[in-house]
Amino acid sequence: MIVTTTKGEMDDSLLEHRAGNIDNDNELTTWVEYWLDGELVHRSVHVTLKKYTVTGETIAAFF
Amino acid sequence: MANTQAMCTSFKTQLLTGTHSFGTAPIRAATTADTFNAALYLASATINAATTVYSATGEVTGTGYTPGGISITSWNAPAATGTTAFTTPTASFVYTTVTLSTSFDSVLIYNVTQGNKAVSVHTFGAQTITAGTFTLTMPTNAAGTALLQIA
Repeated sequence: MIVTTTKGEMDDSLLEHRAGNIDNDNELTTWVEYWLDGELVHRSVHVTLKKYTVTGETIAAFF
Repeated sequence: MANTQAMCTSFKTQLLTGTHSFGTAPIRAATTADTFNAALYLASATINAATTVYSATGEVTGTGYTPGGISITSWNAPAATGTTAFTTPTASFVYTTVTLSTSFDSVLIYNVTQGNKAVSVHTFGAQTITAGTFTLTMPTNAAGTALLQIA
């Protein structure tokens, strides 16, 4: 697979792949990184918001 | 029968469509939805309920990122369930092929049509992006989870 990096387009077979996720009440976040010789050359993140982060009562008070 | 003090749910939904005005308000020449943008802010910035208008102060900068953020393509039609009115953008916010080296943790939604007036701030875990894509997927468009709610 071709990956966009700070060095240009590279085949992922040449890169070290790292990935992880964070899952809490507010969000599910996944991230993927590609490293070349100890240098981070690509990092993408996908955050999925799970819920409204401000109480409705707070918003209602605005009106 | 008994009467119950309440803010009418229909009114809450109508607030989301600009039906009511209790003070001096802009003349709405169009009946179409306004244009809204989503701008990213540094973890070191200060945007919150007191934010009144979009500002570049504290906004992320980096390769591939346009100041002001991205345009939100469309919103679900405002609706109500129980006594909560709500709406959510219909698609994820996608910032493609960007490098944002300084940690950011917030997105500001603001109304481009109405002088960049602020709408809401949403926070998430701090992130950086390197020659990659940042995707912010919306919560379920329902009472209790929708991005914008009047309860």
